[in-house]
Amino acid sequence: MTELSGAWVAVWRRNFLVWRKLAGESITGNIIEPLLYLLGFGFGFGAMLPEVDGVRYIAYLAGGTICYSTMLAASFEALYSGFSRMHVQRTWEGILNAPVSLEDVVFAEWIWAASKSFLSGIAVLLVAIALGLGQSWTMLLIVPLAFLVGLTFSGLGLIMTALAKSYDFFMYWFSLVLTPMMLFSGVFYPLANMPPWLQATANALPLAHSIALGRPLLLGRWPQAPLVHIAVLAAYAIAGYWIALVLLRRRLTT
Amino acid sequence: MTVLAARGIRKSYGGREVVAGIDLDLARGECYGLLGPNGAGKTTTLRMLLGLVRPDAGEISLLGFPVPKAAREGRMRVGVVPQVDNLDPDFTVRENLVVYGRYFGLREREVAARIPALLDFAALQARAGSRIQELSGGMKRRLVLARALVNDPELIFMDEPTTGLDPQARHQMWEKLRVLLRQGRTILLTTHFMDEAERLCDRLKVIDHGRSLAEGSPAALIAEHIEPEVVEVYGEGVAEWLEAEGRALAVRAELHGETAFCYLRDAGPAVASLRNRPELRFMHRRANLEDVFLKLTGREMRE
Repeated sequence: MTELSGAWVAVWRRNFLVWRKLAGESITGNIIEPLLYLLGFGFGFGAMLPEVDGVRYIAYLAGGTICYSTMLAASFEALYSGFSRMHVQRTWEGILNAPVSLEDVVFAEWIWAASKSFLSGIAVLLVAIALGLGQSWTMLLIVPLAFLVGLTFSGLGLIMTALAKSYDFFMYWFSLVLTPMMLFSGVFYPLANMPPWLQATANALPLAHSIALGRPLLLGRWPQAPLVHIAVLAAYAIAGYWIALVLLRRRLTT
Repeated sequence: MTVLAARGIRKSYGGREVVAGIDLDLARGECYGLLGPNGAGKTTTLRMLLGLVRPDAGEISLLGFPVPKAAREGRMRVGVVPQVDNLDPDFTVRENLVVYGRYFGLREREVAARIPALLDFAALQARAGSRIQELSGGMKRRLVLARALVNDPELIFMDEPTTGLDPQARHQMWEKLRVLLRQGRTILLTTHFMDEAERLCDRLKVIDHGRSLAEGSPAALIAEHIEPEVVEVYGEGVAEWLEAEGRALAVRAELHGETAFCYLRDAGPAVASLRNRPELRFMHRRANLEDVFLKLTGREMRE
Protein backbone atom coordinates (compact mmCIF):
# COMPACT_ATOMS: atom_id res chain seq x y z
CA MET A 1 0.00 0.00 0.00
CA THR A 2 1.58 3.24 -1.08
CA GLU A 3 0.88 6.58 0.53
CA LEU A 4 3.08 8.53 -1.82
CA SER A 5 1.66 11.82 -3.08
CA GLY A 6 2.87 14.95 -4.82
CA ALA A 7 3.57 16.43 -1.40
CA TRP A 8 7.07 14.92 -1.57
CA VAL A 9 8.03 17.76 -3.93
CA ALA A 10 7.40 20.32 -1.17
CA VAL A 11 9.74 18.38 1.13
CA TRP A 12 12.41 18.15 -1.58
CA ARG A 13 12.09 21.91 -2.16
CA ARG A 14 12.58 22.53 1.56
CA ASN A 15 15.91 20.72 1.46
CA PHE A 16 16.86 22.45 -1.76
CA LEU A 17 16.20 25.87 -0.21
CA VAL A 18 18.50 25.03 2.71
CA TRP A 19 21.15 23.81 0.28
CA ARG A 20 20.88 27.00 -1.77
CA LYS A 21 21.67 29.04 1.32
CA LEU A 22 24.74 26.94 2.07
CA ALA A 23 25.65 26.07 -1.51
CA GLY A 24 29.09 27.66 -1.37
CA GLU A 25 30.28 25.58 1.59
CA SER A 26 28.58 22.48 0.26
CA ILE A 27 30.02 22.60 -3.26
CA THR A 28 33.47 23.52 -1.99
CA GLY A 29 33.47 20.54 0.36
CA ASN A 30 32.20 18.22 -2.33
CA ILE A 31 34.71 19.29 -4.97
CA ILE A 32 37.88 20.19 -3.14
CA GLU A 33 38.50 16.83 -1.51
CA PRO A 34 38.05 14.65 -4.61
CA LEU A 35 40.00 17.23 -6.60
CA LEU A 36 42.94 17.01 -4.19
CA TYR A 37 42.93 13.22 -4.39
CA LEU A 38 42.69 13.37 -8.16
CA LEU A 39 45.57 15.80 -8.52
CA GLY A 40 47.72 14.35 -5.74
CA PHE A 41 47.45 10.70 -6.73
CA GLY A 42 47.00 11.46 -10.40
CA PHE A 43 50.21 13.43 -10.79
CA GLY A 44 52.14 11.87 -7.88
CA PHE A 45 51.58 8.23 -8.75
CA GLY A 46 51.05 9.03 -12.38
CA ALA A 47 54.65 10.20 -12.70
CA MET A 48 55.92 6.80 -11.52
CA LEU A 49 53.52 4.66 -13.48
CA PRO A 50 53.40 3.70 -17.09
CA GLU A 51 49.94 3.83 -18.57
CA VAL A 52 47.18 2.05 -16.68
CA ASP A 53 44.60 0.29 -18.79
CA GLY A 54 45.96 2.09 -21.83
CA VAL A 55 45.60 5.65 -20.49
CA ARG A 56 47.50 8.09 -18.26
CA TYR A 57 46.97 7.29 -14.58
CA ILE A 58 45.13 10.55 -13.87
CA ALA A 59 42.65 9.80 -16.65
CA TYR A 60 42.21 6.29 -15.25
CA LEU A 61 41.62 7.71 -11.78
CA ALA A 62 39.09 10.38 -12.84
CA GLY A 63 36.20 8.01 -13.67
CA GLY A 64 36.52 6.27 -10.29
CA THR A 65 36.78 9.60 -8.49
CA ILE A 66 33.50 10.82 -9.97
CA CYS A 67 31.78 7.63 -8.74
CA TYR A 68 33.17 7.55 -5.23
CA SER A 69 32.67 11.24 -4.60
CA THR A 70 29.03 10.83 -5.67
CA MET A 71 28.80 7.86 -3.30
CA LEU A 72 30.24 9.85 -0.40
CA ALA A 73 28.06 12.92 -1.03
CA ALA A 74 24.87 10.80 -1.14
CA SER A 75 25.92 8.95 2.01
CA PHE A 76 26.74 12.07 4.02
CA GLU A 77 23.41 13.63 3.08
CA ALA A 78 21.28 10.54 3.75
CA LEU A 79 23.05 9.72 7.02
CA TYR A 80 24.15 12.88 8.82
CA SER A 81 21.79 15.44 7.31
CA GLY A 82 18.88 13.00 7.13
CA PHE A 83 19.33 11.98 10.77
CA SER A 84 19.57 15.60 11.73
CA ARG A 85 16.24 16.35 10.04
CA MET A 86 14.57 13.22 11.38
CA HIS A 87 15.85 13.16 14.94
CA VAL A 88 17.85 16.18 16.04
CA GLN A 89 15.95 19.10 14.51
CA ARG A 90 12.64 17.22 14.42
CA THR A 91 11.98 18.66 10.98
CA TRP A 92 10.12 15.52 9.88
CA GLU A 93 7.85 15.74 12.91
CA GLY A 94 6.77 19.22 11.85
CA ILE A 95 6.23 18.13 8.26
CA LEU A 96 4.23 15.04 9.23
CA ASN A 97 1.72 17.20 11.12
CA ALA A 98 0.79 18.68 7.74
CA PRO A 99 -1.01 16.56 5.13
CA VAL A 100 2.21 14.81 4.18
CA SER A 101 2.74 11.07 4.68
CA LEU A 102 5.89 9.45 6.04
CA GLU A 103 6.36 7.87 2.63
CA ASP A 104 6.32 11.35 1.03
CA VAL A 105 9.05 12.44 3.44
CA VAL A 106 11.25 9.36 2.97
CA PHE A 107 10.84 9.45 -0.81
CA ALA A 108 11.77 13.14 -0.81
CA GLU A 109 14.86 12.43 1.30
CA TRP A 110 15.87 9.63 -1.07
CA ILE A 111 15.54 11.80 -4.15
CA TRP A 112 17.07 14.79 -2.39
CA ALA A 113 20.27 13.04 -1.27
CA ALA A 114 20.60 11.65 -4.80
CA SER A 115 20.08 15.13 -6.26
CA LYS A 116 22.71 16.67 -4.04
CA SER A 117 25.26 13.94 -4.76
CA PHE A 118 24.41 14.25 -8.44
CA LEU A 119 25.56 17.87 -8.28
CA SER A 120 28.81 16.73 -6.67
CA GLY A 121 29.37 14.09 -9.28
CA ILE A 122 28.73 16.59 -12.06
CA ALA A 123 31.10 19.08 -10.43
CA VAL A 124 33.90 16.50 -10.42
CA LEU A 125 33.03 15.57 -14.01
CA LEU A 126 33.43 19.23 -15.00
CA VAL A 127 36.80 19.34 -13.26
CA ALA A 128 37.86 16.22 -15.16
CA ILE A 129 36.71 17.79 -18.41
CA ALA A 130 38.56 21.00 -17.55
CA LEU A 131 41.72 18.92 -17.00
CA GLY A 132 41.23 17.50 -20.47
CA LEU A 133 40.48 14.00 -19.17
CA GLY A 134 37.13 13.53 -20.91
CA GLN A 135 37.68 11.70 -24.18
CA SER A 136 34.37 11.66 -26.03
CA TRP A 137 30.65 12.40 -26.03
CA THR A 138 30.08 9.22 -24.02
CA MET A 139 31.13 11.16 -20.93
CA LEU A 140 27.76 12.93 -21.13
CA LEU A 141 26.16 9.63 -20.08
CA ILE A 142 27.87 10.12 -16.72
CA VAL A 143 25.18 12.72 -16.01
CA PRO A 144 22.33 10.19 -15.65
CA LEU A 145 24.77 7.68 -14.16
CA ALA A 146 25.64 10.09 -11.34
CA PHE A 147 21.97 10.35 -10.43
CA LEU A 148 21.58 6.57 -10.39
CA VAL A 149 24.68 6.18 -8.21
CA GLY A 150 23.22 8.85 -5.93
CA LEU A 151 19.94 6.95 -5.62
CA THR A 152 21.82 3.75 -4.82
CA PHE A 153 23.85 5.15 -1.94
CA SER A 154 21.09 7.44 -0.72
CA GLY A 155 18.72 4.46 -0.45
CA LEU A 156 21.31 2.34 1.37
CA GLY A 157 22.24 5.27 3.60
CA LEU A 158 18.63 5.80 4.67
CA ILE A 159 18.63 2.26 6.10
CA MET A 160 21.45 3.33 8.43
CA THR A 161 19.58 6.49 9.32
CA ALA A 162 16.47 4.44 10.14
CA LEU A 163 18.54 2.29 12.52
CA ALA A 164 20.65 5.03 14.11
CA LYS A 165 20.37 6.12 17.74
CA SER A 166 23.02 8.82 17.33
CA TYR A 167 25.52 10.16 14.81
CA ASP A 168 28.22 7.84 16.19
CA PHE A 169 26.45 4.84 14.66
CA PHE A 170 27.36 6.10 11.19
CA MET A 171 31.04 5.41 11.80
CA TYR A 172 30.26 1.71 11.24
CA TRP A 173 28.86 2.42 7.80
CA PHE A 174 31.77 4.63 6.81
CA SER A 175 34.56 2.51 8.33
CA LEU A 176 33.24 -0.96 7.64
CA VAL A 177 31.41 -0.46 4.34
CA LEU A 178 32.15 2.71 2.41
CA THR A 179 35.89 3.06 3.01
CA PRO A 180 36.66 -0.61 2.18
CA MET A 181 34.42 -0.33 -0.85
CA MET A 182 36.31 2.76 -1.96
CA LEU A 183 39.69 1.04 -1.55
CA PHE A 184 38.79 -2.29 -3.13
CA SER A 185 36.33 -1.51 -5.92
CA GLY A 186 38.84 -0.28 -8.46
CA VAL A 187 38.84 3.46 -7.84
CA PHE A 188 42.63 3.71 -7.52
CA TYR A 189 43.88 0.53 -9.20
CA PRO A 190 42.38 -2.10 -11.46
CA LEU A 191 40.12 -4.56 -9.70
CA ALA A 192 41.85 -7.32 -11.68
CA ASN A 193 44.99 -6.83 -9.51
CA MET A 194 43.09 -7.98 -6.42
CA PRO A 195 42.89 -11.57 -5.15
CA PRO A 196 39.86 -13.43 -6.56
CA TRP A 197 37.85 -13.45 -3.30
CA LEU A 198 38.24 -9.67 -3.02
CA GLN A 199 37.18 -9.23 -6.63
CA ALA A 200 34.10 -11.36 -6.01
CA THR A 201 33.22 -9.34 -2.92
CA ALA A 202 33.70 -6.05 -4.74
CA ASN A 203 31.56 -7.25 -7.62
CA ALA A 204 28.73 -8.00 -5.23
CA LEU A 205 28.77 -4.37 -4.04
CA PRO A 206 27.49 -1.33 -5.92
CA LEU A 207 30.59 0.89 -6.21
CA ALA A 208 32.41 -1.52 -8.56
CA HIS A 209 29.38 -1.48 -10.87
CA SER A 210 29.30 2.32 -10.81
CA ILE A 211 32.96 2.42 -11.85
CA ALA A 212 32.47 -0.26 -14.48
CA LEU A 213 30.12 2.22 -16.14
CA GLY A 214 31.69 5.57 -15.25
CA ARG A 215 35.32 4.93 -16.16
CA PRO A 216 34.83 3.70 -19.75
CA LEU A 217 32.24 6.41 -20.40
CA LEU A 218 34.74 9.10 -19.40
CA LEU A 219 37.47 7.51 -21.52
CA GLY A 220 35.26 7.27 -24.60
CA ARG A 221 34.78 3.51 -24.45
CA TRP A 222 31.57 1.56 -24.28
CA PRO A 223 31.11 -0.31 -20.96
CA GLN A 224 30.91 -4.10 -21.00
CA ALA A 225 27.48 -5.48 -20.11
CA PRO A 226 26.08 -2.05 -19.20
CA LEU A 227 22.58 -3.38 -18.48
CA VAL A 228 23.90 -5.74 -15.81
CA HIS A 229 25.63 -2.87 -14.00
CA ILE A 230 22.59 -0.63 -14.30
CA ALA A 231 20.36 -3.42 -12.99
CA VAL A 232 22.60 -4.03 -9.97
CA LEU A 233 22.68 -0.32 -9.09
CA ALA A 234 18.91 0.02 -9.54
CA ALA A 235 18.28 -3.09 -7.44
CA TYR A 236 20.42 -1.72 -4.58
CA ALA A 237 18.71 1.66 -4.90
CA ILE A 238 15.16 0.34 -4.79
CA ALA A 239 15.85 -2.31 -2.14
CA GLY A 240 17.59 0.33 0.01
CA TYR A 241 14.70 2.76 -0.26
CA TRP A 242 12.12 0.08 0.41
CA ILE A 243 13.89 -1.39 3.46
CA ALA A 244 14.49 2.11 4.83
CA LEU A 245 10.79 2.92 4.42
CA VAL A 246 9.71 -0.24 6.25
CA LEU A 247 12.18 0.45 9.09
CA LEU A 248 11.19 4.10 9.36
CA ARG A 249 7.49 3.21 9.45
CA ARG A 250 8.27 0.86 12.30
CA ARG A 251 10.38 3.47 14.06
CA LEU A 252 8.08 6.45 13.68
CA THR A 253 4.46 5.35 13.26
CA THR A 254 3.89 2.34 15.47
CA MET B 1 -21.56 19.72 15.50
CA THR B 2 -18.74 17.30 16.23
CA VAL B 3 -15.36 18.39 14.90
CA LEU B 4 -13.38 15.49 16.31
CA ALA B 5 -14.71 12.19 17.62
CA ALA B 6 -12.98 9.11 18.99
CA ARG B 7 -14.51 5.87 20.21
CA GLY B 8 -12.64 3.36 22.33
CA ILE B 9 -9.17 4.05 20.94
CA ARG B 10 -6.40 1.81 22.23
CA LYS B 11 -2.66 1.49 21.77
CA SER B 12 -0.14 -0.90 23.30
CA TYR B 13 3.64 -0.81 23.18
CA GLY B 14 5.46 -4.01 24.01
CA GLY B 15 2.49 -5.46 25.88
CA ARG B 16 1.93 -2.29 27.93
CA GLU B 17 -1.35 -0.55 27.17
CA VAL B 18 -0.54 3.17 26.85
CA VAL B 19 -4.02 4.20 25.74
CA ALA B 20 -6.72 1.88 27.06
CA GLY B 21 -10.02 2.90 25.53
CA ILE B 22 -10.50 6.66 25.26
CA ASP B 23 -13.63 8.40 23.94
CA LEU B 24 -13.65 12.02 22.85
CA ASP B 25 -16.14 14.45 21.30
CA LEU B 26 -15.15 18.00 20.48
CA ALA B 27 -17.90 20.45 19.56
CA ARG B 28 -17.18 23.25 17.10
CA GLY B 29 -15.73 26.34 18.74
CA GLU B 30 -14.86 24.87 22.11
CA CYS B 31 -11.53 24.64 23.87
CA TYR B 32 -11.12 21.10 25.13
CA GLY B 33 -8.35 20.13 27.50
CA LEU B 34 -6.66 16.77 27.82
CA LEU B 35 -4.95 16.60 31.21
CA GLY B 36 -2.82 13.89 32.73
CA PRO B 37 0.53 13.30 34.38
CA ASN B 38 3.62 12.42 32.34
CA GLY B 39 3.13 9.07 30.65
CA ALA B 40 -0.66 9.19 31.00
CA GLY B 41 -1.09 8.67 27.26
CA LYS B 42 -1.78 12.26 26.14
CA THR B 43 0.78 12.51 23.37
CA THR B 44 0.01 9.02 22.01
CA THR B 45 -3.68 9.97 21.98
CA LEU B 46 -2.95 13.15 20.03
CA ARG B 47 -0.78 11.25 17.55
CA MET B 48 -3.54 8.71 16.97
CA LEU B 49 -6.14 11.47 16.50
CA LEU B 50 -3.92 13.05 13.83
CA GLY B 51 -3.40 9.73 12.08
CA LEU B 52 0.34 9.63 12.81
CA VAL B 53 0.11 6.44 14.87
CA ARG B 54 -2.20 3.59 13.98
CA PRO B 55 -4.53 2.66 16.86
CA ASP B 56 -4.83 -1.02 17.81
CA ALA B 57 -8.61 -0.57 18.16
CA GLY B 58 -11.28 2.10 18.03
CA GLU B 59 -12.65 4.64 15.60
CA ILE B 60 -11.63 8.23 14.91
CA SER B 61 -13.29 10.92 12.83
CA LEU B 62 -11.24 14.06 12.18
CA LEU B 63 -13.34 16.86 10.65
CA GLY B 64 -15.55 14.14 9.21
CA PHE B 65 -12.71 12.06 7.75
CA PRO B 66 -12.02 8.55 9.03
CA VAL B 67 -8.56 8.25 10.60
CA PRO B 68 -6.04 6.86 9.83
CA LYS B 69 -7.56 5.96 6.42
CA ALA B 70 -8.20 9.56 5.30
CA ALA B 71 -6.02 11.31 7.89
CA ARG B 72 -4.29 13.33 5.19
CA GLU B 73 -7.59 14.90 4.09
CA GLY B 74 -8.46 15.62 7.72
CA ARG B 75 -5.09 17.27 8.38
CA MET B 76 -5.65 19.71 5.50
CA ARG B 77 -7.79 21.79 7.88
CA VAL B 78 -5.92 21.10 11.10
CA GLY B 79 -3.12 23.12 12.70
CA VAL B 80 -0.64 21.60 15.14
CA VAL B 81 1.43 23.36 17.79
CA PRO B 82 3.92 20.68 18.90
CA GLN B 83 5.36 20.32 22.36
CA VAL B 84 8.92 20.98 21.20
CA ASP B 85 9.65 23.83 18.77
CA ASN B 86 10.60 22.28 15.45
CA LEU B 87 11.02 25.42 13.39
CA ASP B 88 13.53 25.25 10.57
CA PRO B 89 16.70 26.81 12.01
CA ASP B 90 18.18 27.46 8.56
CA PHE B 91 15.27 29.65 7.51
CA THR B 92 14.01 33.11 8.34
CA VAL B 93 10.65 33.68 10.01
CA ARG B 94 9.06 34.36 6.66
CA GLU B 95 10.64 31.33 4.96
CA ASN B 96 9.39 29.09 7.75
CA LEU B 97 5.84 30.15 6.92
CA VAL B 98 6.24 29.87 3.14
CA VAL B 99 7.87 26.45 3.29
CA TYR B 100 5.29 25.13 5.74
CA GLY B 101 2.47 26.41 3.53
CA ARG B 102 3.82 24.30 0.66
CA TYR B 103 3.18 21.14 2.67
CA PHE B 104 -0.52 22.03 2.41
CA GLY B 105 -0.22 22.54 -1.32
CA LEU B 106 -0.41 26.32 -0.92
CA ARG B 107 1.27 28.39 -3.59
CA GLU B 108 3.85 30.97 -2.68
CA ARG B 109 1.45 33.75 -3.69
CA GLU B 110 -1.36 32.42 -1.47
CA VAL B 111 0.96 32.15 1.51
CA ALA B 112 2.47 35.55 0.77
CA ALA B 113 -1.02 37.06 0.95
CA ARG B 114 -1.54 35.53 4.42
CA ILE B 115 1.86 36.31 5.87
CA PRO B 116 1.21 39.90 6.99
CA ALA B 117 -1.84 38.81 9.00
CA LEU B 118 0.04 35.83 10.47
CA LEU B 119 3.02 37.97 11.48
CA ASP B 120 0.65 40.56 12.89
CA PHE B 121 -1.13 37.88 14.94
CA ALA B 122 2.19 36.58 16.23
CA ALA B 123 3.47 40.13 16.89
CA LEU B 124 6.47 39.39 14.67
CA GLN B 125 5.93 42.04 11.96
CA ALA B 126 9.41 43.47 12.46
CA ARG B 127 10.98 40.00 12.45
CA ALA B 128 10.02 38.64 9.03
CA GLY B 129 13.65 38.48 7.93
CA SER B 130 15.12 37.28 11.24
CA ARG B 131 16.80 33.92 11.64
CA ILE B 132 15.23 31.55 14.14
CA GLN B 133 18.29 31.64 16.42
CA GLU B 134 17.73 35.38 16.90
CA LEU B 135 14.24 34.89 18.38
CA SER B 136 13.40 34.63 22.09
CA GLY B 137 11.57 31.58 23.43
CA GLY B 138 8.26 33.44 23.42
CA MET B 139 8.77 34.62 19.84
CA LYS B 140 9.55 31.09 18.67
CA ARG B 141 6.42 29.82 20.36
CA ARG B 142 4.33 32.52 18.65
CA LEU B 143 5.91 31.67 15.31
CA VAL B 144 5.07 27.99 15.81
CA LEU B 145 1.50 29.12 16.48
CA ALA B 146 1.47 31.31 13.35
CA ARG B 147 2.87 28.40 11.34
CA ALA B 148 0.00 26.21 12.59
CA LEU B 149 -2.43 28.81 11.19
CA VAL B 150 -0.90 28.97 7.71
CA ASN B 151 -3.65 26.72 6.30
CA ASP B 152 -6.47 28.60 8.12
CA PRO B 153 -7.36 25.52 10.23
CA GLU B 154 -10.76 24.77 11.75
CA LEU B 155 -9.23 22.69 14.49
CA ILE B 156 -5.93 23.33 16.30
CA PHE B 157 -4.02 20.74 18.32
CA MET B 158 -1.81 22.26 21.01
CA ASP B 159 0.56 20.02 22.91
CA GLU B 160 1.69 21.92 26.01
CA PRO B 161 1.79 25.29 24.25
CA THR B 162 3.20 27.31 27.15
CA THR B 163 5.72 24.91 28.71
CA GLY B 164 9.01 26.72 29.23
CA LEU B 165 7.61 30.24 28.80
CA ASP B 166 7.93 33.06 31.31
CA PRO B 167 4.72 34.52 32.83
CA GLN B 168 4.60 37.41 30.37
CA ALA B 169 4.89 35.10 27.40
CA ARG B 170 2.31 32.68 28.85
CA HIS B 171 -0.25 35.42 29.30
CA GLN B 172 0.40 36.64 25.79
CA MET B 173 -0.05 33.10 24.46
CA TRP B 174 -3.36 32.72 26.32
CA GLU B 175 -4.55 35.97 24.77
CA LYS B 176 -3.74 34.56 21.31
CA LEU B 177 -5.69 31.40 22.04
CA ARG B 178 -8.72 33.42 23.11
CA VAL B 179 -8.60 35.32 19.82
CA LEU B 180 -8.55 32.01 17.92
CA LEU B 181 -11.56 30.77 19.90
CA ARG B 182 -13.42 34.02 19.18
CA GLN B 183 -12.79 33.39 15.48
CA GLY B 184 -14.78 30.17 15.89
CA ARG B 185 -11.87 27.74 15.75
CA THR B 186 -11.82 24.61 17.91
CA ILE B 187 -8.82 23.87 20.13
CA LEU B 188 -7.65 20.60 21.63
CA LEU B 189 -5.10 21.40 24.32
CA THR B 190 -2.85 19.28 26.48
CA THR B 191 -1.17 20.89 29.44
CA HIS B 192 0.45 20.26 32.81
CA PHE B 193 -0.65 23.67 34.06
CA MET B 194 -3.95 23.42 35.85
CA ASP B 195 -4.37 27.18 35.99
CA GLU B 196 -3.99 27.24 32.21
CA ALA B 197 -6.65 24.57 31.77
CA GLU B 198 -8.96 26.30 34.24
CA ARG B 199 -8.60 29.60 32.42
CA LEU B 200 -8.94 28.42 28.84
CA CYS B 201 -10.90 25.18 28.64
CA ASP B 202 -14.65 24.95 28.24
CA ARG B 203 -14.43 21.24 28.97
CA LEU B 204 -11.67 18.92 29.87
CA LYS B 205 -10.86 15.30 30.43
CA VAL B 206 -8.45 13.96 33.02
CA ILE B 207 -6.68 10.79 31.92
CA ASP B 208 -4.18 8.51 33.60
CA HIS B 209 -2.74 5.12 32.65
CA GLY B 210 -4.46 5.53 29.29
CA ARG B 211 -7.95 5.73 30.81
CA SER B 212 -10.39 8.58 31.25
CA LEU B 213 -10.92 9.45 34.92
CA ALA B 214 -13.28 12.40 34.67
CA GLU B 215 -14.75 14.82 32.14
CA GLY B 216 -16.58 18.13 32.45
CA SER B 217 -16.16 21.88 32.75
CA PRO B 218 -13.47 23.02 35.21
CA ALA B 219 -16.10 24.42 37.61
CA ALA B 220 -18.21 21.26 37.43
CA LEU B 221 -15.19 19.02 38.07
CA ILE B 222 -14.18 21.08 41.08
CA ALA B 223 -17.74 21.04 42.47
CA GLU B 224 -18.06 17.32 41.86
CA HIS B 225 -14.73 16.11 43.24
CA ILE B 226 -13.48 18.58 45.83
CA GLU B 227 -14.80 20.48 48.83
CA PRO B 228 -14.98 24.22 48.05
CA GLU B 229 -12.19 25.40 50.40
CA VAL B 230 -8.65 24.29 51.06
CA VAL B 231 -6.26 25.10 53.90
CA GLU B 232 -2.61 24.16 53.43
CA VAL B 233 -0.55 24.06 56.63
CA TYR B 234 3.25 23.95 56.90
CA GLY B 235 5.78 24.07 59.71
CA GLU B 236 7.13 22.16 62.66
CA GLY B 237 4.35 20.37 64.53
CA VAL B 238 1.99 20.18 61.59
CA ALA B 239 1.41 16.44 62.06
CA GLU B 240 0.61 16.93 65.71
CA TRP B 241 -1.86 19.77 64.94
CA LEU B 242 -3.51 17.69 62.23
CA GLU B 243 -4.18 14.78 64.56
CA ALA B 244 -5.19 16.96 67.54
CA GLU B 245 -7.47 19.41 65.74
CA GLY B 246 -7.20 19.59 61.95
CA ARG B 247 -8.65 16.25 60.99
CA ALA B 248 -11.79 16.85 63.02
CA LEU B 249 -12.38 20.26 61.43
CA ALA B 250 -11.91 19.14 57.81
CA VAL B 251 -14.06 16.95 55.60
CA ARG B 252 -10.86 15.35 54.30
CA ALA B 253 -7.23 15.86 55.31
CA GLU B 254 -3.94 14.51 54.00
CA LEU B 255 -0.38 14.84 55.22
CA HIS B 256 2.36 14.85 52.59
CA GLY B 257 5.84 15.36 53.97
CA GLU B 258 5.73 18.57 55.99
CA THR B 259 2.46 19.83 54.53
CA ALA B 260 -1.12 19.14 55.59
CA PHE B 261 -3.91 19.61 53.05
CA CYS B 262 -7.34 20.15 54.60
CA TYR B 263 -10.38 20.13 52.35
CA LEU B 264 -13.37 21.84 53.92
CA ARG B 265 -16.86 23.18 53.34
CA ASP B 266 -16.22 26.09 55.71
CA ALA B 267 -12.66 26.94 56.63
CA GLY B 268 -13.61 29.31 59.52
CA PRO B 269 -12.98 26.97 62.48
CA ALA B 270 -9.73 25.59 61.02
CA VAL B 271 -8.41 29.12 60.38
CA ALA B 272 -9.37 30.14 63.92
CA SER B 273 -7.52 27.11 65.31
CA LEU B 274 -4.42 27.91 63.26
CA ARG B 275 -4.34 31.54 64.47
CA ASN B 276 -3.56 30.09 67.92
CA ARG B 277 -0.56 28.18 66.54
CA PRO B 278 1.94 30.86 65.50
CA GLU B 279 4.60 28.19 64.78
CA LEU B 280 2.49 26.98 61.82
CA ARG B 281 2.19 28.84 58.53
CA PHE B 282 -0.97 28.30 56.52
CA MET B 283 -2.68 29.31 53.31
CA HIS B 284 -6.44 29.44 52.92
CA ARG B 285 -7.71 29.31 49.34
CA ARG B 286 -10.55 28.16 47.11
CA ALA B 287 -10.36 24.65 45.73
CA ASN B 288 -8.98 24.56 42.20
CA LEU B 289 -8.44 22.19 39.33
CA GLU B 290 -5.04 21.14 40.65
CA ASP B 291 -6.74 19.69 43.74
CA VAL B 292 -9.05 17.70 41.48
CA PHE B 293 -6.13 16.54 39.37
CA LEU B 294 -4.09 15.41 42.36
CA LYS B 295 -7.07 13.67 43.92
CA LEU B 296 -7.76 11.76 40.71
CA THR B 297 -4.20 10.93 39.68
CA GLY B 298 -2.44 10.73 43.05
CA ARG B 299 0.65 12.47 44.30
CA GLU B 300 3.37 9.99 43.44
CA MET B 301 6.10 11.26 41.13
CA ARG B 302 5.88 10.17 37.50
CA GLU B 303 9.04 9.63 35.53
